[in-house]
Amino acid sequence: MKLTLRVWRQQNADADGAMSTYDVDDISADMSFLEMLDTLNEELILRGDDPVAFDHDCREGICGACSLVINGDAHGPERTTTCQLHMRSFEDGDTIDIEPWRASAFPVVKDLVVDRSAFDRIIQAGGYVTAPTGAAPEAHATPVPKPDADFAFENAECIGCGACVAACPNGAAMLFTSAKVNHLNVLPQGAPERETRVLDMVAQMDEEGFGGCTLAGECATACPKGIPLVSITGMNKEWLRATRKSGRR
Amino acid sequence: MTRTMWDSSVGKKTVMAVSGLIMLAYLVVHMLGNLKIFFGSDDFNHYAHWLRTLGEPFLHYEWALWIIRVVLVAAVVAHAVSAYQLSRRDLRARPTKYVHKKPRTSYATRTMRWGGVILGLFIVWHILDLTTGTVHPDGFQSGHPYQNVIDTFSTWYGSVVYIVAMLALGLHIRHGFWSAAQTLGVGSRTRDRAFKTIANALALVLTVGFIAVPVGVMTGVVS
Ligand code: HEM
Ligand code: SF4
Ligand code: FES
Repeated sequence: MKLTLRVWRQQNADADGAMSTYDVDDISADMSFLEMLDTLNEELILRGDDPVAFDHDCREGICGACSLVINGDAHGPERTTTCQLHMRSFEDGDTIDIEPWRASAFPVVKDLVVDRSAFDRIIQAGGYVTAPTGAAPEAHATPVPKPDADFAFENAECIGCGACVAACPNGAAMLFTSAKVNHLNVLPQGAPERETRVLDMVAQMDEEGFGGCTLAGECATACPKGIPLVSITGMNKEWLRATRKSGRR
Repeated sequence: MTRTMWDSSVGKKTVMAVSGLIMLAYLVVHMLGNLKIFFGSDDFNHYAHWLRTLGEPFLHYEWALWIIRVVLVAAVVAHAVSAYQLSRRDLRARPTKYVHKKPRTSYATRTMRWGGVILGLFIVWHILDLTTGTVHPDGFQSGHPYQNVIDTFSTWYGSVVYIVAMLALGLHIRHGFWSAAQTLGVGSRTRDRAFKTIANALALVLTVGFIAVPVGVMTGVVS
């Protein structure tokens, strides 16, 4: 395949960026999107140009590092991560726009790489259990109703990629935060911090400068792990309950 | 609890949902009351008078009406202030637009902010027109709402302003009612269809019900 790429290039956090156009040739339909970018970068390096910086790690859809907005869609046209997107989703001769996640809480570091440490701080605010857990306990020691276990698992699938923020017209982190809150809040292991967890994580989310939810639903459409919009409803419910129970002003 | 509520984006959204639902409940009753215009001037004027004697003798003349007015003003102000503050936060959170633009989200969702502004301006216009009579065409007679309504909708602009605002209201409720269910944490996968259907039904019934009045006047059914 022959493709025209329009890629966001930005030297560093303070520099102005712009879209640059590159032509790539001999792209196989079996390549992943990142392998296609590797091909571009090899050419750029051979030419003595600066390769395009982009985030990636596992390249198997589980780490949440890869993060590209492709033709206006976070992670591109398929419901998967950028690393698991393949070139067969495109046609020979296509022009593809590649941009970084856009949100003021995710500043651009270089080219397509953004700083997502705001997510880490939301987790630090309460996305954990304080009980020392030791080695894996006997699975039947703590009974968990099946629907709760299913809901916890569904939410635990979040890989923290930030596509929800990138897709949201308000740059909101509600889907991510709700996945992390629900995952622990429905389980008995998470019960001791049930109220403080949701209050502190939502407060940190606001603190980081993410927007608010207007129920546009773009996040759940973009999420490669299928975290559903009702996770946000679930977090709102937990937040209201905690506000009543916690005795905070 | 008040501080936690007002300082949080989730809490402020709750304020919006509750104030929105208060206004919505009022609008359903208001729309049903307006339809009495199709039963003639005696029925309509008598209904307007009854609104003022509501709750007597426990309450004084017009007390119930004033209580409703105070609650509604509080709801409008709370709703508009939180809408403004939350929208500012949202715009700040996404200052850079994507180069590759895509049409996203439904029309009702995209027009919540401008539609809300239209509704806010309409509320002011509507009160100045039919409650105080300040901008009323001419000859506003307090105590004769039937004639006042006919005068308003006998002008083209009176009807246009009203109909545009009611279409905006329908769109606002279509997204707003369902959103409020999510904000208040009562939505769920199994109830989703039901909430969407109720939202659409409310939007349709209110829009059609309110617009029936200017259409009735314009077509001469009400005169
Ligand atoms: C003062 C004029 C108004 C303004 C400025 C306004 C603005 C807004 C905005 C910006 C939103 C959030 C939109 C979003 O989530 O995407 C909203 C939501 C809502 N509005 Fe209004 N609106 C106004 C009047 C009304 C009226 C008259 C009603 C009564 C039917 C209403 C009912 C609602 C409801 C139920 C919501 C949903 C709350 C939620 O998302 O949880 N609004 N409004
Ligand atoms: S909710 Fe989905 S889109 Fe958002 S960070 Fe988690 S996996 Fe990524
Ligand atoms: S590189 Fe790990 S999920 Fe894509």
